[in-house]
Amino acid sequence: MQRVTMDLWVGIFVIMGIAALMILSLKVGNLNVYNPSQSYVVSGNFENIGGLKVRAPVKSAGVVVGRVTDIQFSMETYDALVTLSLDSRFQFPKDTFASILTSGLLGEQYIGLAAGGDGAMLKHGDKIMKTNSAMVLEELIGRFLFNKAAEDDSL
Amino acid sequence: MFKHIVSGTRHIGHQVIEGAWRLGVATRFFFLVLLKSGTSLRRFNLIIRELYFTGVLSLIIIIVSGLFVGMVLGLQGYETLQKYGSESAVGTLVALSLVRELGPVVSALLFASRAGSAITAEIGLMKATEQLAAMGMMAVDPIARVVAPRFWAGVISMPFLAAIFSVMGVFGGYLVTVVFIGVDEGAYWSQMQSAVDFRFDIVNGFIKSCFFGIAVTAIAVFEGYDAPPTAEGVSGATTRTVVTSSLVILGLDFILTAFMFRGVS
Repeated sequence: MQRVTMDLWVGIFVIMGIAALMILSLKVGNLNVYNPSQSYVVSGNFENIGGLKVRAPVKSAGVVVGRVTDIQFSMETYDALVTLSLDSRFQFPKDTFASILTSGLLGEQYIGLAAGGDGAMLKHGDKIMKTNSAMVLEELIGRFLFNKAAEDDSL
Repeated sequence: MFKHIVSGTRHIGHQVIEGAWRLGVATRFFFLVLLKSGTSLRRFNLIIRELYFTGVLSLIIIIVSGLFVGMVLGLQGYETLQKYGSESAVGTLVALSLVRELGPVVSALLFASRAGSAITAEIGLMKATEQLAAMGMMAVDPIARVVAPRFWAGVISMPFLAAIFSVMGVFGGYLVTVVFIGVDEGAYWSQMQSAVDFRFDIVNGFIKSCFFGIAVTAIAVFEGYDAPPTAEGVSGATTRTVVTSSLVILGLDFILTAFMFRGVS
């Protein structure tokens, strides 16, 4: 085979490979949505995190604004200390409400932020004071049965 | 009876020592190739020539099998997911299984049987017909001139082939689920994009394919260089290349996955 044709084919091959990597990063991996280099870290204590995992999304009004970076058990308060990394384009008031929600009936769990009305904004290293635990199905059923029994008793 | 046990044990011991010895020779050969690859990296057109034979000629099999693997993943994923009413998650299923596992592993297996066997047969035959010895006579180092360019061409082309495989698979899944079955197009892409993470999934898949590329081509060039210089020896070496590299790919995949995705969802 001619040397030039071979070079051309190798060039096409390399271009295809790089294009495939670009497609994977941009189209499949959606690289541009969330850039962790410009972010600030806040934390919050949750009574029960349910099935929340590290790298779960943090959403506000359904838009991804950050990710869960760390989950630890806190020995001081005996609850879960969750660290969130938020995109610094999005600022939230100090009294923002963080709750653990589930996407769909059986979907993954994420943290939902509902902005409060405070004038001061959350800064790097701050703590979210208002948190809401994950909904645990067993507790919910237990409460339902308990209420049902109480109703039956009162009749 | 006793004699049988003794000879059986002796046989096992012999096999183990033989295996360890061969592994040592292979490792030494691997470092020798790395040491002598300076020449081939300077004369880059040697590598380009080999890139044509290992990379470009493997493109067809990689593209076609990637397309079909993605189509099958889409079909099977849809069949299972629609029972739970979450068929829009089929994009996530296809993309994650391709980018994390199937892309690097299946393309490395195909690469081992398509290009690895060819490398072994070529080098083995060069040795059997005493071309390598003739090069040595002319003060041309056969490892620097013949082995190193093939090694580097394989290492370079493997990540590209794996990425092309994954992209073709995602496209195949799109073709079956969105175009033929009628899953919502927006849901297919957006669910995929929210689930696939650049750092954890794509970069790790890329690192995996680099490791596989090194392993497959190192085994292929070693088996070729080490082959007994007979017709039977070359055929045995070619078979060993495919068998050993397939086993190494699957074993290495488990180890890498355990390191990369442990503790991550």
